[in-house]
Amino acid sequence: MLGRLGLDSLPFYSAIAFGGASITVLGGLAVFLLVTYFGKWRYFWDEWLTSLDHKRIGIMYIALAMVMLVRGFVDALMMRSQQAISLNNDGYLAPEHFDQVFSSHGTIMIFFMAMPFLTGLINIVVPQQLGARDVAFPFMNSISLWLTAAGAALVMVSLVIGKFSTAGWTGYPPYSGAEYSPGVGVDYWIWALLVSGVGSTMTGINFVVTIIKCRAPKMRLMQMPLFTWTTLCTSLLMAFAFPALTVVAAMLGLDRILGFHFFTNDSGGNMMNYANLIWIWGHPEVYILILPAFGVFSEVVATFSQKRLFGYKSLVYATAAITILSFSVWLHHFFTMGSSPNVNAVFGIATMIIAVPTGVKIFDWVFTMYKGRIIFHPAMLFTIGFLITFVLGGVSGVLLAIPPADFLMHNSTFLVAHFHNVLIPGAVFGYFAGFQYWFPKATGFKLDRAWGVRSFWFWIIGFYLAFMPLYALGFMGMSRRMERYDVAEWQPYLIVAAVGALSVLIGIFCQGMQLYVSIRDREKNRDLTGDPYNGRTLEWQTSSPPAEYNFAKIPDVQDIDAFWDMKQRGVAYAPSQNYEDIHLPRNTGIGVFLGGLGFLIGFAVTWYIWWLVALGFLGVLACLITRGSQDHTYEIIPAAEIEAHEKARIKALEAHKPAPGDFWS
Amino acid sequence: MHPQSHSAKRLITGFILALALTLIPFAIVWTMAFPVELTFGIIALCALVQVGVHLHYFLGIDSRTPIENVLAMSFAGVLIFLMVGGTLWIMFDLYERMM
Repeated sequence: MLGRLGLDSLPFYSAIAFGGASITVLGGLAVFLLVTYFGKWRYFWDEWLTSLDHKRIGIMYIALAMVMLVRGFVDALMMRSQQAISLNNDGYLAPEHFDQVFSSHGTIMIFFMAMPFLTGLINIVVPQQLGARDVAFPFMNSISLWLTAAGAALVMVSLVIGKFSTAGWTGYPPYSGAEYSPGVGVDYWIWALLVSGVGSTMTGINFVVTIIKCRAPKMRLMQMPLFTWTTLCTSLLMAFAFPALTVVAAMLGLDRILGFHFFTNDSGGNMMNYANLIWIWGHPEVYILILPAFGVFSEVVATFSQKRLFGYKSLVYATAAITILSFSVWLHHFFTMGSSPNVNAVFGIATMIIAVPTGVKIFDWVFTMYKGRIIFHPAMLFTIGFLITFVLGGVSGVLLAIPPADFLMHNSTFLVAHFHNVLIPGAVFGYFAGFQYWFPKATGFKLDRAWGVRSFWFWIIGFYLAFMPLYALGFMGMSRRMERYDVAEWQPYLIVAAVGALSVLIGIFCQGMQLYVSIRDREKNRDLTGDPYNGRTLEWQTSSPPAEYNFAKIPDVQDIDAFWDMKQRGVAYAPSQNYEDIHLPRNTGIGVFLGGLGFLIGFAVTWYIWWLVALGFLGVLACLITRGSQDHTYEIIPAAEIEAHEKARIKALEAHKPAPGDFWS
Repeated sequence: MHPQSHSAKRLITGFILALALTLIPFAIVWTMAFPVELTFGIIALCALVQVGVHLHYFLGIDSRTPIENVLAMSFAGVLIFLMVGGTLWIMFDLYERMM
């Protein structure tokens, strides 16, 4: 009846596992009780969970990302503290537990922190930058969100019921096959990826179509803001790369559950084809994570240098070049497989070539700052921190692109240092910069500056302390993923790295404080103009937070910095005489139900509860038929209502007219 | 989009063709009627024709399709060439070195 689910699946075997499970359960329970106590269930359901408004979906994505950031960071702290003390002793984590910790750390940070964070930023900002009222497929957007949340829930539930994978975040067979990993861990991992991967593919399709089809009528492609350009390229990568992940995860699932032999040791299986297929997705994924952050940096650096972005065209072409090249380098993740020199040389050189368009971008950002009047907003601090730190990570990447060097560095902590050195400044700092930058647009009030600056300094100092020692340790011969070691010279470096992790912990605490203080003082920090930084792109034309329909009148785009140009011409806030009715999608709970069913199916397959799997798919079918037969999926906002709303806004703007130089400093 | 692109006749024709192109590979693998190399060839051919069937009958793409569809398909072609071609190159290279 319940497959392999039994009482022994509960975490009573280890105090630490029980502690993690308790925190998860109590945290969930606390949220449930708080919402019930304040009687907000109806509000959350009507206004948020069922919403098809791209701005609200974006905020929910970012909330998910922040929760998962904390979870993934706890894993990181556990690894750092274990390695700091485990010289010639077992430390406090059993080997199997340690393996689960590094597997879930990677899985969570990539799939359930970085992916939702960038998707959230894209959702909030891109339609507004385009002068559009919504995304192309609002309902599909809601499904994407809830499938991503379902994948995250599968990883979280593995803390409480059963165990997570011990096969690392890439789950290489044959170790991840049924023969060597018979438990439920790898199945949790597979289904978390399958369910959320479908969501990411749909996000990619959604934003490609949104950007191609829903731009303000006069906006040419070469007038789109840089963040929209990087989103277009990232969306293309998502739409084309994620199917590879879905296929390879499904194939591994077939091997495990139905006894196929795609990747097994015997019967003609070939595990190297798994490495090949997962990195066909995996390398573009790196650029999926990093390109939107490059877009954020481009917006932030222009706004806070108070200058037009330097080299707009070169930035666009560099982004497009990276998009194509990212599909031609995946073999560098498994140089040590032992391909012939020709193959290694081609992929090694292709890898080095990617450094060229990336270098072009770095120079463009530096030249944008040159002779600008720079405002050191926290978003700008994260951008400058990125510029300096990312160059180091990029250089170590070019070193690793040389196959013979890679043979020495493969699977060492040097590699760990390298990819954290590109992903933390390159992706995470970008998301934080975007969070600081667009927070007033999304919520209507500004973030506290002091706590933002503090969080930046703790993050960047912590980053250097945590990862520079790992470069050295790699040269000293330390492999990644060791739960204990017997080389006394390593320990000082590992202690420094643990101190770095503590500094990042303080950085995350500062971010929490920043949110708390800003929400507490929100009345004082209201953004009444919608344009708190004298912005250049269209998202600053809307009010903060924007009206449900973003733009009462579709803006008249004549320049790359469309909003800046409109302010110069004095037409940015020009009142209109003839407003028209606006159609917007009506909220629906079907996205939530589909996410719930995705979770149920993943959970049921993991535990071999086959009747529940069948029931789950029937539920999906019922949801799709229900949605397909609904006629009134749109509602109309009457012109009179829009006119009243816009007149009130223009009146408020008159009262709070932004004076030149009246910005955050 | 052309008015006839979603007509029932077009969709049903496409469905029958897609079904046939799925059953043929299954049948020849099940019966092992041909030598292995020929079987691989037929499966690959069926897959390619299947792509064409989906594009034409379900997505309504024909010779009068707008230019952006052609661009999108060319882009997809480049990426598929990189992914499939690269995989074949890498795996056959590995196969030869393991011999």
